[in-house]
Order: sequence, then structure tokens, then C-alpha cells
Amino acid sequence: MPEVTLVEAINLALARALTDDSSVVVFGEDVGVNGGVFRATVGLQQRFGIDRVFDTPLSEALIAGLCVGMAAQGLRPVGEIQFMGFLYPCIDQLVNHASRLRNRTQGRLSCPMVLRTPHGAGIRAPEHHSEATEAMLAHIPGLRVVIPSAPERAYGLLLAAIRDPDPVVYLEPTRIYRAFKNEVEDTGEALPLDVAFLLREGRDVTLISWGAMVKDTLEAAEQLEADGISAEVIDLATLRPYDERTVLESVAKTGRCVVVHEAARTGGFGAEIAALVAERALLSLLAPVIRVTGYDTIIPLPRLERQYMPSVERIVAAARKTWKFAA
Amino acid sequence: MGAVIVRPDGFVGWRTQSSETKPRETLRGVYQRPLCKWRRAGIGRATYSKLAPYVTLSRETRRARTKMAEKDLTVIAKFMVCRRAYLAPDGQVSRDLPAFASDKGVLIDMYRAMALARSFDLKAVSLQRTGRLGTYATSLGQEAVGVGIASAMRLEDVLLPSYRDNAALLLRGVKLEEILLFWGGDERGNHWSGAPHDFPFCIPVGSQAPHAAGVAYAFKYRKEARVAVCILGDGATSKGDVFEAMNFAGVWKLPVVFVVNNNQWAISVPLRRQTASQTLAQKAIAAGFSGEQVDGNDVIAVRAAVDNAMAMARVGEGPFLIEAVTYRLGDHTTADDASRYRPADEVQEHWKEEPLARLRAYLVRCFNWNKMQEEEVTAECNQRVDAAIQRYLKTAPRAPEAMFDHLYAELPPIYAGQRKEVGDQNA
Repeated sequence: MPEVTLVEAINLALARALTDDSSVVVFGEDVGVNGGVFRATVGLQQRFGIDRVFDTPLSEALIAGLCVGMAAQGLRPVGEIQFMGFLYPCIDQLVNHASRLRNRTQGRLSCPMVLRTPHGAGIRAPEHHSEATEAMLAHIPGLRVVIPSAPERAYGLLLAAIRDPDPVVYLEPTRIYRAFKNEVEDTGEALPLDVAFLLREGRDVTLISWGAMVKDTLEAAEQLEADGISAEVIDLATLRPYDERTVLESVAKTGRCVVVHEAARTGGFGAEIAALVAERALLSLLAPVIRVTGYDTIIPLPRLERQYMPSVERIVAAARKTWKFAA
Repeated sequence: MGAVIVRPDGFVGWRTQSSETKPRETLRGVYQRPLCKWRRAGIGRATYSKLAPYVTLSRETRRARTKMAEKDLTVIAKFMVCRRAYLAPDGQVSRDLPAFASDKGVLIDMYRAMALARSFDLKAVSLQRTGRLGTYATSLGQEAVGVGIASAMRLEDVLLPSYRDNAALLLRGVKLEEILLFWGGDERGNHWSGAPHDFPFCIPVGSQAPHAAGVAYAFKYRKEARVAVCILGDGATSKGDVFEAMNFAGVWKLPVVFVVNNNQWAISVPLRRQTASQTLAQKAIAAGFSGEQVDGNDVIAVRAAVDNAMAMARVGEGPFLIEAVTYRLGDHTTADDASRYRPADEVQEHWKEEPLARLRAYLVRCFNWNKMQEEEVTAECNQRVDAAIQRYLKTAPRAPEAMFDHLYAELPPIYAGQRKEVGDQNA
């Protein structure tokens, strides 16, 4: 099986979707000739033509709104927002239209669209290029929010997102676009949405994460293993609607829960997980839930971004703390 | 007081000090008396006249500058905005009518549609006033816009209306009780029996313009001879997403017609505070296509303009913008009181131009439209609306748990508990 990076897996999935379904169209700023600023769409316009893979004017609200109009007409639009910091003009379209078109017409119209955007810090990018505001999106009923953490899941989840009958925001962790390669077979097989992936089984502590932080979380689990602490690692993958069963079952088993995300702590999606565990698994807890997150500040410019983001050490320390609380 | 200033670069102007005018208490609340230009600037009239050319672009100044430019520089582009009107307010015809207007039946159908919209509006407002309908936006005085647009469309075209476009929706096959159901607070009103692909009312102003571009892209992509029609208000033309949509439609020559219902008021903000643009039709020019102004109280003119725009869009000639100039004779919605910000005599003046009386006058003059026929139409409209109101009032609310039923194509298991919870709470 060929080994590809995460961004190559996205390109493979887009090509597969464009091949299999003539209603799929891909567009955004610089996605055509240039192949996207991260090269996620490289070669697609040449292969599928300018009607199916095209550059839009520099208009983010338009990109999201086009998706809504096309989707209501039965196309399967895949829009790209160049960086998450430029996603905010789309919030109007996502909240007021995409997420509720099915509901407000009681099923007469629907909105099978995908809005892709890079997510997160760690690539020494300029201001506004390192956002991780997934919790804002995960708060919107009617929307799906998906974020892969490895090439094989990027491929399978993107195909699933494109085939899903409802709107999906697909976040792409920029830090691991090219960080490592995994085997991905271009079979056209999608992975399930709304389902968390149990990446590592363990007995003592549940580590929950998503996106680029999953890699660090797995490394932390390795280190903890050396200390004799057996960590279970869950990649949440879909933040709305999320897989509460997998979370609850794991916490019931381990009795300890650490949530890891690079977004700011207050009101982050980790708060949702902590609330779920408090509501539904309090009696299986042996230690308080700990959130290892970015700080409640603006994501700093690159000189300090490493210090802002959760490190493997911080994850390990948090897991040890829960372990010591009730060893 | 304001002060005249002369900058080192030779710029002459004045510093205004508008705060010196005190708001006045009146019966209707606080009223700020508008000051004439020179008093606002805090200078005398003579000084104002001397300085005006330097700081404001009066028509004379613009002309003078254009002349100068033509002498010294090369003119690289000139644009034109045309206006279309056939019927004068008294029903007199000012130019040759379009072909469809020779068909008495077509005109009477349009008249009937406008009369139905008006009857519906009036009765909807009284329903709201008696607590049996939620907030409602009437199209009073703007019936010609909706009827003119919808009568030019085919069923397979797609309409993207804003919240004031009941008149158009009715003609697209939406039932009276379905519109009432929506404004009465029930999503099922949008699951209508009208054109199946038409969009529901758009409430966030102008945000449906990008959808219209998307719909039109789908038509073009599938090589279908269909057109998307997006109705916007004058206020919407100030929005970025509206221009984003027009700009994209221009680049791709999409089959989309944008119609601006310029009713002169965006809630309390008059057009002159909305834009310094001479017309709204000219907003198309920057997007690379044509705009036309039309007398929005003349249903023949609106229909002819939309007919023309759609015919071009259908054969791949690209988008078009139509500015239909009309007047909002009513409040913004039932939640608004326009007398707070709009002088009554202005409204009175515009009643003289309203679209129903105008077409009626024409029908009387040219087709012997008589009192009996008029009464027949009125009675029929009232009866249809009354019957629809009864059907609306008899519609029972949905079961509470139904609020989850169209959230996703299939309800994710995580929300099943909440769905049951809302059902149990209200059992």
C-alpha cells in the first residue's frame, strides 16, 4: 500500500469523490491552477476541468453561500476556506442557512455541503493563520464538525463528509499536513462519521483528543506506558454530533479522564467532554477530569506558539496527576 | 460654532459642530430637526456657496470635472443606466407597451394577484393585532414588484425571496395558509406546495444572494435553461455578501437575476442614508453586468424588465440587476411604527402612485373594467383569504419532539435522549 501524507490523502479523497460523482464540485481561493496554498487540490483542475474545480473571487461569505445554493440544487459542493482565521465571514451562512435549511423547510430542501479549512497552530504562520476555534462550530445544531488526525482517517472521513446528506465543516490539522506518512489505499471506502476512534487501549487513564494533538497524545501514552501507566487514547474525530458512548465507556473502565486540545480552555470543546463525564460518569471517576489546552489568550505569533500549545510533557504531567490522585 | 479651515495643501473646508443643535421633545418622542447645509457647517449661506464646490461634489462640480477630465485625460469607460416605465400613476400610457400587455387576460390575472396580496396583507395584519399571528411584514404598495417578477418566471426557475415577498410567493403556488403558518410560528409553512425548489423567506438581509449564485451555478453546470431570481431590498445593496454574489455571477456569467425592491426605507433608514449611489441599478456595473431601473409601481414595467432579463439569462447572456423603485406604504413589520421616523405627508404623497390603482385606471380606460368586475375581484380575494385563515387557525401545532425531526437526514443517536426528554416534558 502506498504511504501518503495527510494533505496527499485529502487530495486522493477529493479526486476519488470527483471521479465517482459528477455532482461534486471543488472550489475556493487559489484551489485551481495553483492547487491550493497547501497543495490539497493540486492537479485536480487539470484532471477534472475548470467547471468542477475552480477559483472563486476573494469572498469567503460567498464560498459558503455558494455551497448552500448548489447543495439545495442537488450538487455536492466542497468549498475551501484558505485558513481558519478567514472562516468567520462564513459563520453567517453556516449558522443562518447551511445548518438549518433542512429544518426550516421541514425536509423540502437540504444542504449536503462540505466546507474545508486548515485548523490549528504550529507551522510558524503569520497572524490569523493558526486558529483553532472548533468549539464555535461544534456549538451549531444541524452541522457536522469533523477533524481527522492521520492520513487514513483524513481520506475516509473526507469521503464520508462529501457523501453525507447534511452540511459538514471539515477541519484539516495543518501541523500534521506533512508531519508523517501512513498507508492509504485509494479504495473509495469512507469511514463512519459521528464515531470516535479508539487508537490505543489502556486501563488507567483515558486521553481524549482530536486533530493534530492526537499525535502528541499518542506520544504521551507511550511515555506513560514506560512509567507503568496504561493510557487509552480516543480520537474524537467528529465533534458534532460526537460519540459520547465511546467516551463514557472508556471513562467507566479507566476512572480517569484527560482532554487535550490546542484551542483556548474556557468554553472549549474539552468543557463539553468534562461536563458529559460529570453528568453521566461521576461515580466511575477516581480523579477530577483535567483539560490540557491552549491558554485563555490570543494564540501568540510564532515565537511563542510552542509555549501556548499543549506539549507531550504537559499531557504526561496531567495524566500522572490523575493517577496520583487515586493510585 | 463650526469653523472654516484652510489646510496647508490648499484644501478648503469647514469643521462641523452638529452637537450644538439640541434634540426637541415632541409628542412622538425625540426629534432632531434637520439643519440646512450651511447651518450644519456653522457658516453663513454666502460662505457656503463659495466653499461648496471644494468640499461637496454637486452635480455642477461633477460636470465640470468630467469636462476637465475629457480635455486632459482619456476616457476609458462610460456607463449608462436606463429606466423603464409604461403606465403613469393615472393609468396613461407613455410609450408602446410590451406584447403581453395587449392580452386583457394577462393583465387581469396580474391585477387579481396584486389584489389578493393586498387583501392578504390587510387581513394578516389584523390577525397579528388580535394575537393570532406573529410578526408579519406586509408588501403594501409593493405588490407590483412581486407579481411582476413571479409572472415572468417559469415553474422550474428558482426564486430566492426575502421576507417581504408574499405577493411573489403566492403566484409561485404557495398557499395562503402556508404563508400564515410560517409567520404564525410553524416551520411547516416552508414545506409548501409552491415551486418545489424555491427557497424559503430569507430573514438575514441579503444573505440569500450567494445562494442565488450557487443555484445559478448548478443550472449552468448541468446546462439547464433555468434562471435563479433573487429579490433583495434597498438596504441589502449595502451588504458585502450581496456584492460578493453579484461579482461572482458576473465572472461566471451565471443565469441569475437580482431584483432590488427599492421601497426607499430600510426600517427607519431612508435611501439617502443607505447609499450615495445615484441609482441602485448601477451597482451591477462594478460587477460587470447591466442594471436597469424600473418603475416598481408599474406592474407592466416590472414584468417586462424581468422578462427581458430572464430571457437573456436563459440563453447564457449572464446576470442582470433590476432596481424596482416603489414605496413601502406600511410599517417595516407589525413590530414597527414608521410614524416615529417618517412624515405622514410623505406616505400620503406616495399613495398617489400605488400599483393597484394605476393598473385599475388603465384597465378602466382601455378594457372597460367596471365596478362590478372590481367588486367581484375584491370579494373573491377576501373570500379566499378568509377561508385560508380558517384553515390556518385549525392547524394544530406539531408534537414538541418534532423539533428534532428535520435537524439531520437521520437523527444521530446522541440526540435521541433529548428528543425523548422534550416529548416527556410535554406529555
